[in-house]
Amino acid sequence: VDDSPDIKHDRQFLTELSAYLDGDVPDELRLLIEQHLARCSDCRVVVDTLRQTVTLYERLPAPRLSARARERLYQSLSLEKFLPRDGRA
Amino acid sequence: MTDVNSEQALLARLRAGDKAACAECVEQHSAGVYRLARRLMKDEAEAEDVVQETFLSAFKAIDRFDGRSTLGTWLYRIAHNAALMRLRAGRPETVSVEETDDAGDGAALPRQLFDWCCLPEQDFDTAEARAELERAIRDLPQGLRAVFLLRQMEGLSTEATAAALELSPDNVKQRLHRARLWLRERLSGYFSELAHTRG
Repeated sequence: VDDSPDIKHDRQFLTELSAYLDGDVPDELRLLIEQHLARCSDCRVVVDTLRQTVTLYERLPAPRLSARARERLYQSLSLEKFLPRDGRA
Repeated sequence: MTDVNSEQALLARLRAGDKAACAECVEQHSAGVYRLARRLMKDEAEAEDVVQETFLSAFKAIDRFDGRSTLGTWLYRIAHNAALMRLRAGRPETVSVEETDDAGDGAALPRQLFDWCCLPEQDFDTAEARAELERAIRDLPQGLRAVFLLRQMEGLSTEATAAALELSPDNVKQRLHRARLWLRERLSGYFSELAHTRG
């Protein structure tokens, strides 16, 4: 673990690691983070597993309203005559 | 017609009580509203109730929609409020997103430092891993969950998410990062256990 005085392993820094993954940090902070990551194996684990976390939730299939539920929705809104009969769920 | 113009035209018809316009609105927005509701509520039936309530409330209050956000963002806001009301009824201690600064994630400092990135790809692509992640999303502290769902799963901009949840854009960014860190922590526990079970 890198204990250099320029880095505190606090919530603010962790938030910045997440922003760093998005490329959403100023250049100066990006350099500081990259220098820190080169020395701190714990933070490398956090960044790598955080990146993997994002990959995994981005892959999740989206919940879809079933055809029956969609029909019930149109009925509850008194819109059944407008229910598209295109087979989409 | 541009998107803005077509939304204005749809709004004018909704305000005039045009049923076909209501159906168009449901057709355009029910999938997104359902995705949000499903991940906020514990089961499909409750999520369906939230969707129904969202459109009923929206059509009733359409004259009060001021157009400062898009119709879709406004519907997400109504859906989120409807979901919160239901969650509050079940758990009286529940607080809304805007009522807490702490967002309920404590210090959110990492405790799990197991490096699970190098597990075989097939360990990630299982129904069990997906179910664990869905459970983790549902268990996110309430102050973080809606921000995460709108910004990350629905793809709303920071500004639109802020408008839907009445938060500042900076607060949305902070909460999104905290939500990710919280999910990372939770998944680390799961994958660490999986790796240890295998020895």
